[in-house]
Amino acid sequence: MSETTFEPKIIAFLCNWCTYTGADLAGTSRLQYPPNIRIIRLMCSGAVDPIYVLKADLSGADGILIGGCHPGDCHYQEGNYKARRRIVALKEILKNTGFEEERIWLRWISASEGTRFADTVREMTAAIKAMGPNPYKQIWAV
Amino acid sequence: MTDTIGENNKKPIGAVMVIGAGIGGMQASLDLAEAGFKVYLVESSPAIGGTMAQLDKTFPTNDCAMCIMSPKLVEVGRHLNIEILTTSEVIGVEGEAGDFRAKVKRKPRYVKLDACTGCGDCATACPVPRLDLFNGDLSLRKAIYKPYPQAIPNAYAIEKQGMSPCRNACPINQRAQGYVALVREGRYLDAYRTIKEDNPFPSVCGRVCNHRCEDACSLNQVSEPVNIMALKRFVTDWVWSKMDHGELDPQAVKWHEVQTDTRHKNVAVVGAGPAGLTCALDLRRLGYAVTVFEALPVAGGMMRVGVPQYRLPYELVQREVDEILAEGVELRLNSPVKDVPGLLEQGYDAVFVAVGAHGGIKLPIPGVDLPQVLVATDFLRQVSLSATEDLDQFIKGKRVLVLGGGNVAIDAAMSAIRLGASWVGMSCLESRETMPAHDWEIRDAQDEGIEVFPSRTFKEIAQDNGKVTGVRCTQINFRGFVDGRPDFDEITGTEEIIAADTVIFAIGQRPQVECLQGKVEMVRGRFPHVDEETLATNVPGIFAGGDVVTGTSFIVNAIAAGHRAATSIDRFLQGKPLKSELQRPPLVQLSELEIQQRAITAAQDYHIRHDTKQRPAAERKHDFAEVYLGLSEEEARAEASRCLGCGICSECLQCVYTCRANAIDHNQVETIEEIPVGAILLTPGVEPMDGSIRPEYGYGRYANVVTSIQFERMLSASGPFSGVVQRPSDAAHPRKIAWIQCVGSRDISCDQGYCSSVCCMYATKEAIIAMEHDSNIQATIFYMDIRAFGKGFDAYITRAEKENGVRYIRSMVSSVKEVPRSKNLRVNYVTFTAEGKPIPQEEEFDLVVLSVGLKPSSAAIETAHRLGIRVNEFGFAEAPLYHPAQTNREGFYVAGAFSEPKDIPETVIEASCAAAQASALLAGGRGTLTRQAVYPPERDVSQEEPRVGVFVCHCGINIGGVVDVPDVVEFAKTLPNVAYAERNLYTCSQDTQQKITAKIREHGLNRVVVASCTPRTHEPLFQDTIRQAGLNPHLFELANIREQDAWVHRATPQIATEKAKELVAMAVAKARRLKPIKRGTFEISHQALVIGGGLAGLTAAQSIAQQGFPVYLVEREAELGGNLRHIFVGVDGSNPQAVLSELIHQVRSDPRISVFTESEVLDIHGYVGQYVSTICHKDGSREEIPHGAIVVASGAREIPTRLYGYGEMAGVISQRELEAELMNGTTLPQRVVMIQCVDSRDDDHPYCSRICCTQAIKNALEIKRRSPQSEVVILYRDIRSYGFRERLYQEARQNGVIFVQFDPQTPPKVKQGTSTLEVEVLSQPEQEWLKFESERVVLSIGVEAQPGNEALSQLLKLPLTAEGFFLEAHVKLRPVDFAADGVYLCGLAHSPRAMDETIAQAKAAAIRAVALLAKKELTATPIIASVNPRLCSACGLCVEVCPYGARRLEAGAAYAEVVAVLCQGCGACVVACPNKASQQLGFEFLQIAEMIDSAIA
Repeated sequence: MSETTFEPKIIAFLCNWCTYTGADLAGTSRLQYPPNIRIIRLMCSGAVDPIYVLKADLSGADGILIGGCHPGDCHYQEGNYKARRRIVALKEILKNTGFEEERIWLRWISASEGTRFADTVREMTAAIKAMGPNPYKQIWAV
Repeated sequence: MTDTIGENNKKPIGAVMVIGAGIGGMQASLDLAEAGFKVYLVESSPAIGGTMAQLDKTFPTNDCAMCIMSPKLVEVGRHLNIEILTTSEVIGVEGEAGDFRAKVKRKPRYVKLDACTGCGDCATACPVPRLDLFNGDLSLRKAIYKPYPQAIPNAYAIEKQGMSPCRNACPINQRAQGYVALVREGRYLDAYRTIKEDNPFPSVCGRVCNHRCEDACSLNQVSEPVNIMALKRFVTDWVWSKMDHGELDPQAVKWHEVQTDTRHKNVAVVGAGPAGLTCALDLRRLGYAVTVFEALPVAGGMMRVGVPQYRLPYELVQREVDEILAEGVELRLNSPVKDVPGLLEQGYDAVFVAVGAHGGIKLPIPGVDLPQVLVATDFLRQVSLSATEDLDQFIKGKRVLVLGGGNVAIDAAMSAIRLGASWVGMSCLESRETMPAHDWEIRDAQDEGIEVFPSRTFKEIAQDNGKVTGVRCTQINFRGFVDGRPDFDEITGTEEIIAADTVIFAIGQRPQVECLQGKVEMVRGRFPHVDEETLATNVPGIFAGGDVVTGTSFIVNAIAAGHRAATSIDRFLQGKPLKSELQRPPLVQLSELEIQQRAITAAQDYHIRHDTKQRPAAERKHDFAEVYLGLSEEEARAEASRCLGCGICSECLQCVYTCRANAIDHNQVETIEEIPVGAILLTPGVEPMDGSIRPEYGYGRYANVVTSIQFERMLSASGPFSGVVQRPSDAAHPRKIAWIQCVGSRDISCDQGYCSSVCCMYATKEAIIAMEHDSNIQATIFYMDIRAFGKGFDAYITRAEKENGVRYIRSMVSSVKEVPRSKNLRVNYVTFTAEGKPIPQEEEFDLVVLSVGLKPSSAAIETAHRLGIRVNEFGFAEAPLYHPAQTNREGFYVAGAFSEPKDIPETVIEASCAAAQASALLAGGRGTLTRQAVYPPERDVSQEEPRVGVFVCHCGINIGGVVDVPDVVEFAKTLPNVAYAERNLYTCSQDTQQKITAKIREHGLNRVVVASCTPRTHEPLFQDTIRQAGLNPHLFELANIREQDAWVHRATPQIATEKAKELVAMAVAKARRLKPIKRGTFEISHQALVIGGGLAGLTAAQSIAQQGFPVYLVEREAELGGNLRHIFVGVDGSNPQAVLSELIHQVRSDPRISVFTESEVLDIHGYVGQYVSTICHKDGSREEIPHGAIVVASGAREIPTRLYGYGEMAGVISQRELEAELMNGTTLPQRVVMIQCVDSRDDDHPYCSRICCTQAIKNALEIKRRSPQSEVVILYRDIRSYGFRERLYQEARQNGVIFVQFDPQTPPKVKQGTSTLEVEVLSQPEQEWLKFESERVVLSIGVEAQPGNEALSQLLKLPLTAEGFFLEAHVKLRPVDFAADGVYLCGLAHSPRAMDETIAQAKAAAIRAVALLAKKELTATPIIASVNPRLCSACGLCVEVCPYGARRLEAGAAYAEVVAVLCQGCGACVVACPNKASQQLGFEFLQIAEMIDSAIA
């Protein structure tokens, strides 16, 4: 796949209360952003099982976004802190497998930050485009 | 005041009306509805949410306001027992407590709530921009709007003040403001459509109308009216010229499909003039077969053969006639109808007679029969039919005299000039000033050389041998017409002959009515008699209108008659009564001031009217080409921008054309509804004060001076600048921002002698957030006292100062001046040197924010007046002392900032407190008016293969305009297990819900996927639908292809379509794996345990009991009363012990309350609804009690201080001891020094104890009251007399209490003097050491948490703050709840608070408990954890990670359990589980895994 036509696929796990709502607000505000993102709604960023992230990686997702409430804002008190710790650990593990940790983004985006959501998708799409496809895609293709 | 009614008599009405739907109203509504009452939530605006919806963040946690509020909005919006009445107000209440009848005025919204889907297409189409009040007027919205994106109801509303004067004045109610607004926006084709809505002859009326619209135009009061007629002409000229040049497809103007004869009725119209053709067109559009009979060879009536073509070109008339015919109206020319009644016999079901008034009249004077004496109608008709050769002999080169002074006379005269007359004159009865023709017409005629002879009566046509030589006439004094006859005196000696070769009579026309065959009743034998409103004649089926009825009139009147006839004929043919009952909307009447203001904002050069130009007289008089020229596009838009938009909504109907849900109804009218309720809550909230209340700060004059609410919106990510902090003047990023506190607060100079309570905190919050947005910002806050008296507030201020670097300057700003070019602001204030010398400062800032105070809206005060609710001197419905939320009228309660300025948690508390009292009052009516959803039995689908139904939504054009919906449907059909797929225009509409239900049954569907909008708003609706169809509601999944696809990828429809397919595939993948979720139900033990017998515990227990539920009250000490036992002086000077003993008496004598003193709670087990507690009594005996809810009211205590020689020096006492002395002592200390913040606001106690300032002031006042000559000094850091306590502070100062501020770095020193105590203090800001000799040094000692809290918190598994107070579930919106359900909090155990605040909070906790106890059983939330025992290894990780104590592993158990009733469904345990034994229902591992696979595939 050539660099210019590469359209990354980004899987997003968004918490129901903040980031998913922020994504909705981006829509309500008609903010335009690249179409590369596929959103999976979960109740809390603390409910993002690392296995989901691993599975997405191994299946060939080019980028993974985890979105939760700002620290202190968690609807379930501290689910986002749990997410933060897990993602740090997960990145550490994945680093050793050759999967670039830069493909996994954890962002705090509140329900009123439609702009921040759109900006994040824009930035992330550009960044992943620059990185090229998920290396696992090729490994499995062999 | 009665606390409960109806126990013995009639049951009270189990419904409550809540007026005002801000956060307070919402909370009260939810509490009451949950507690078993029907709630009517009345809101004057189109949406609930109030002020909180406008806030960006909330202090002191910096939570996003909308994030925490929107779940509440949705909850209120969907609650089965809360009925929201928006755009409504209560205009009166009759009856008595328990049995009121509230009259509610329902104002029209003009949008049908049940049909509107909130898609917003209408707002895009609307041409009327408005300042967006929600955004502090910093941005624009449209006249049709939704106040904010998350608004509930999720529906638009139209801001309409009524019918604009121009439309009202027009006989056909032409929507002038509408098309003028569209012209201003450059939308000429849309304008054309708006015009054509009411007028099939716009190009005619754009030229020859008498434009009463312009006479009525509001601009007349300050300038000349908008040139509406010219704008109408401009629009038609523009459209036709575009069409003629091939730049506009003629199909673009065909908005009405050609109707077929759907009604199977025939209507005959006699006469193809404006009346007849209008009627014909209207009826045709309704589906009738219409035939128009016209005697002449051309259609158009007087438009064609009466008005000369230099005023109205023939081809324009023909073009508009052709457009009518194109819609299927049949026209028969040269077909005079001789017998109108005969048409009915020929098979026509109705006839409209519109034959006009074409019969000319001559005066009965000698000589009128000479051949050179003509009649204007005939003359003009001949001219128009090009039969001019016959006329040449009379006109060409001749002297022509026209008799008459109206428009027709002018037309005849000017036509004669153009036909080559050598001289033309006009003569008439009327004086020059009173001639019926327009003045400009007469001037035009004179410009063309026509001579006018007014004020004359005609005696004879002079002749010479059968040839006219002139008209003999006499001058007169004409006074007008009396009974149709002229009234005048002749002026003797003025007789003369005006020489002429030809005379043309233009003195009136009359209809030719022979065709009526004498069967229709007539007026004066000339005009058919018709009903004015319906135009019906005495013969059923025969209607008449236009000139034939009225005599010669204006074209627009004829068009109006045509419309009216069509309406009547339609009703006649449908067998309905002819008169309709449609109410007309009210007329807008703007005040002169309003007109002036609007004129200034509408257009800077509003006074310059753009008039149409005409060809020079010398040129135009030689031909029949059009005299007047149209406006240029530039002129037209400039002219249109002069419109004041009187009605606000222009009624252009663009929204109606755009809305595919047919949700808009401009004909809605106000209605009055009478609603029976048992109690009424007032929660109308407050509004920010106008920034110009302090003119010296320049608000309104300087662009970069904004109010705090504007700044709040500027910070908001969804605000006017998308969260970018920028200056209104130039969008530059400000570096230095100043906040000025107390603008309109604590200011008796502007009658605002109270503290608004929230400004210190919100200013600090705004400063912090602004600096977070942009780290270059330097924030400065100018203040008098920092009033950070709430829980966690002082720590917040400290953080702002120390960590964020907010600069606090204690100085009032004297003035703000704008720097001319930069528009920066110079702020003048005073500081003091270290030596205490004042120095005037002038500092430049980029932006100034005014921390404006809060006041009740005038509408709220008016409502209070109407309902007989007393308000205080500031307009607040202040509650009586110790009776929070009560009013002077029984059964009426008040809550929130309308009773006193307060922040969100206090509002929520007071709202619950008001709800508790209403709930107690109406306890007998509980559950009588509420309803529960009824569903059919659930179908068991466990044995079925998944059969997924997919419903893809167009959402009007919101999705369908971008995503290829049919393509998505076809794709969905190919997905595994999809048994059915279809598309819907609006999937959320009522009819689609029924369709989905039918399809589930028809196709045996057992899973449903809807691809439309966001599940956050719409999932519950669809879940309800499939439940109605017998499916478990959790066999449902939404694919969000609007907010997260169509709306964000509008430029790439193909990609958006592909993405929509993938999103649908993901949803189907999950749906295939979905399982029904059974929600467990749990029994409830319907009694409460209250821990603590102080004021809070007593009040809570009493309130719960009054609401009908048994209570156990447990108090450690021997006596009830807690801290209150030591308070002897109230803020009003009375002794609160009376209140306490009455309360204790009531609690002790209430059979529903079991009081245990000298008892303790040893153990509590169980969970919400089902607790069992072990109580240890003083004798050591133990008792187990079951209860469903717990109220923690364990109180707090005075800090045992050692400061200032307390306990060592006699005379150094606490405020409590002072009170005891004031109570019992015989001698009164004459010299008293009080020291504030003792063991408060220091490192060990980094919080404000809230009550001490008020306590000191009230005690100081008490001493002054008893002994005015005494000396009382209060040494303080900040005086925190928030709200109306400020009045006490003022009173104290007026009564000579001395206030000296000190710096905590240099605290006062207390020494034992010889006979007295000596107090030295370094006063601020003067830096002067002051010395006081005093008999008493009274310490205002802080409050600290009970040392026993820790044990209690462990027992109940409840969190504490760092200071040892209990930590509520959410500081803003759940101030009396804990994260764990079933446990509630009140009183000092929460935080330091005053007596009335404690009472309010105790009652709030009570209703929260009652809302639980009132339920028959509890239902677990559906999205919870579940455990597969076979996989569970009982490791206990889930128990550790659960924040709600909902996971349990009994000792020795083989697997961990989920306490369903406690589980909130966060999923933390699911991720923690190493074996995948824990699963989150609705988000199970396989379901999400399938989604991931599908997304990547």
